[in-house]
Amino acid sequence: MSKLVLTGVSRRFGSVTAVEDFNLTLLAGEFVSLLGPSGCGKTTTLRMIAGFLEPSAGTIALDGQVISSPGSARPPEQRNMSMIFQSYAIWPNMTVAENVAFGLEVRKRPRAEIRTRVAQILEVVRLQHLGDRYPQELSGGQQQRVALARAIVVQPGVLLLDEPLSNLDANLREEMRYEIRRLHDEFKITTVYVTHDQAEAMVTSDRIAVMNAGRVEQVDAPRALYARPRTRFVAGFIGRTNFLEGEVRGGEVIFDGFTASAARFAETPAAGGRVTFSLRPQSIHLHRARPATSDAAVIVVGEITQRAYLGEHWDYTVRPAESALTLRVTARPHEVFEVNEKVWLEIDARQMAVIAEA
Amino acid sequence: MRLDRSTLLWALLVAALLLLVVNPLARLVWTSFQHADTGALTLGNYAIAYGRWRNVEALVNSLIVGLSVGVLDLLFGVPMAWAVSRTDMPGKGLVWAAVLGTFIMPNYLGAVAWMLLAGPNAGWLNRIYTSVTGAEAGPFNIYSMPGLVFVIACYSFPYVFVFTRTAFDLISSEMEDAASTLGASVWRTTRRVTLPLALPAILGAFIVAFLEAIALFGVPALIALPGRFQVVTTMLWQFFEFPPKVPVAAAYSMPLLLITVLLFWLQRRLIARKGYVALTGKGGERRLVKLGLARWPVLGYCLLVTTLSFFVPMIVVVQAAFAKAWGRGFSLDNVTLRNIRFVLFDQPATRDATWNTFLYATAASLLALTLALAIAYIVQRRLVPLGGVLTQVAMAPFVIPGIVLAIGFYAAYTSKPLVLYGTAWILVLAFATRFLPIAYANSDAAIRSVNPELEDAARILGGSRFLALRRVVAPILARGLAGAFILVFIPATRELSSAIFLYTTGTQVLSVLLFDKSDEGNFELLSSIGLVLVVVTVALVMTGFRLVGRDFMLRRTAT
Repeated sequence: MSKLVLTGVSRRFGSVTAVEDFNLTLLAGEFVSLLGPSGCGKTTTLRMIAGFLEPSAGTIALDGQVISSPGSARPPEQRNMSMIFQSYAIWPNMTVAENVAFGLEVRKRPRAEIRTRVAQILEVVRLQHLGDRYPQELSGGQQQRVALARAIVVQPGVLLLDEPLSNLDANLREEMRYEIRRLHDEFKITTVYVTHDQAEAMVTSDRIAVMNAGRVEQVDAPRALYARPRTRFVAGFIGRTNFLEGEVRGGEVIFDGFTASAARFAETPAAGGRVTFSLRPQSIHLHRARPATSDAAVIVVGEITQRAYLGEHWDYTVRPAESALTLRVTARPHEVFEVNEKVWLEIDARQMAVIAEA
Repeated sequence: MRLDRSTLLWALLVAALLLLVVNPLARLVWTSFQHADTGALTLGNYAIAYGRWRNVEALVNSLIVGLSVGVLDLLFGVPMAWAVSRTDMPGKGLVWAAVLGTFIMPNYLGAVAWMLLAGPNAGWLNRIYTSVTGAEAGPFNIYSMPGLVFVIACYSFPYVFVFTRTAFDLISSEMEDAASTLGASVWRTTRRVTLPLALPAILGAFIVAFLEAIALFGVPALIALPGRFQVVTTMLWQFFEFPPKVPVAAAYSMPLLLITVLLFWLQRRLIARKGYVALTGKGGERRLVKLGLARWPVLGYCLLVTTLSFFVPMIVVVQAAFAKAWGRGFSLDNVTLRNIRFVLFDQPATRDATWNTFLYATAASLLALTLALAIAYIVQRRLVPLGGVLTQVAMAPFVIPGIVLAIGFYAAYTSKPLVLYGTAWILVLAFATRFLPIAYANSDAAIRSVNPELEDAARILGGSRFLALRRVVAPILARGLAGAFILVFIPATRELSSAIFLYTTGTQVLSVLLFDKSDEGNFELLSSIGLVLVVVTVALVMTGFRLVGRDFMLRRTAT
């Protein structure tokens, strides 16, 4: 069942278009991230969903009812949503328990119920012993948990998160990713999560909407997004990649310096024209001797031009023979090659994704 | 529906600003071009206002006073600011407290004190002089141009002190170190690096001191009038003697208004030239200049200035306030509580004036603060269009001398459709307008410090904007606003220059009473009235320290 539907949503600030023709449907209980570089319009989209901004065009519907359209937006307080802010926005004049109880008080729940539910949720976020503290006395991670508890305790129809982890240090950020996902698995609240950090989006989300310059580039599950990026931007933004341009002619794809049978690819490129593939550095394997041929592999001779050792892996740059291409290849730490050494590249053609060129 | 409510609020605020700022100013200008009887457009008022040498001379006198005070203020304030900010001078706390004390003393009370000290014949200094030298008469006469300049300078140098000290505080030691490593001595570094870096702030402070001096009414009225010379403000006062010649007064006040607007604009530009001022951030370590033996003369200078501005005047005022007759000196049988009791309880006129002072100041402060808060809030949250204009109008009274504002109020509200003259309201509204900029600057800063996300958080959880304001914004702002209230309330209790034109029988306040009684030569009563104001101010300032911190007063009023 669709819970939240954004149809053709645009937002302009003066002459600047922040969001353009945004379409997205969230199923009930789904966790979707808006991922993109800063200034791509993701926070603007979130604030339109929350009701702090009106769309300039398009509609937003919740449970089948339009809640935002140009010139008429239901105010934030009437949307039964919760939001977690970049600054956490924990009220410094209230204790942790008072912060968490606020939404329930506004909803006029009986006092006894408020007390039990606050206690329960504080236990869920592991802050049960800190209810009487003031926010200034808490660490960043603890404040983050208060924000989570305060947002979840009201059992909102939709939970919105605006870069909630960007103010935490690296270790804590990693821990909180799993925490957010754990809470989602426990409460199944429909969630929209805004971030510029792809790892955060990958860990937490059911689906990710990648945004660029106000537009949605692609919406997909994390694995599909990585394995089958549809645009150059998505391929480059999610992980690292090589772009290979080729020409499809007579059942063959001709690249600079080598060719491959069109049938080897997972997606058969359209005949008679140019095509661009995204090839992940992990999908190329390096060998000292020519590897055995297989259906899916394309075998190419090349030479190492650069290398860097990063501990967890090697980062090689390889130039295929008689080619102007430079390919980035990731290899395991024990796969040591010297610069200028001749190598065999084994390219997994099934992992190459066709990119739509604008 | 939401739109309607904010439109209504917006309309209300616009109406309030029209009433308080725009209308009085517009009427002031308009009246200056209107014939007193026929209402026809004319330049006649200007001809009358500047047609007599006596009147022009008063303007010249004001300019002389302004320039002299500015120079004297720099001599008083800049070395002190440098010593407190950049050196290892001992006794900084004491100097700081004395400057604050000077700030707290109403300047007309300072004038009273200096009348006690340097009045011809009976003044303390003259009496000491004659008794030591055996001469017939002492050399001091406060009722003179030098006397006037000196007294005004004593009570305006704190502005210079605060301005320059802030600038000195911002200059990082690395700037000075760079000069020192090239072989420059402390003196040379100070002269070639530190002072030039602070120069825009020093010039800005000079302008503020100049403007303060020419806009002042109380001190010139107490000193220049008995000294038989005039300045612009006392001249304006004479135009108001019965029957009031309002159009002439309005015309006569125009140069004062124009000079003020122009110089404030200039001051803004000086301060805004960031490339010049060493605003390299608070980063950069600051080390203090080691004065060595020179630190004692430097401290001596600071104490000398504050002795003249604060310690000695305070002593003579307290003595007079508790004396049966101040001339009988410091002896126990001369001590009485009669004067104070008289002011606070016994005499109906003074008792009412005391009550009025605090009532009007409270009302004006609340009004100014409410208005300022509402404007600052809707402007910052961009709830209405043209927020920038609202801000400008709210800050406009900053560049209007109090006495000019009062003439504007008089011109606007003594005739139909809205007659406020004769009621307490005209005083309350004039005070509120006069100190609206202080209220606005503080409200603006306070609201800026509240992250809008705190409000958003309350709203997304189901609270209305009003609930968010009440439960979240108001409690967070409470302390800062208490400080802002005090900063508006203190000048409102002592305001004289606008009150003097707008009070009537029954709406007297203490400052007016003090001025009225000054003809009678009852210095014991004058000192008592002043002391009441000082004691209340001190109590409020202490409260402010507890709420907002030690620096709040000197920092916020001067910027």
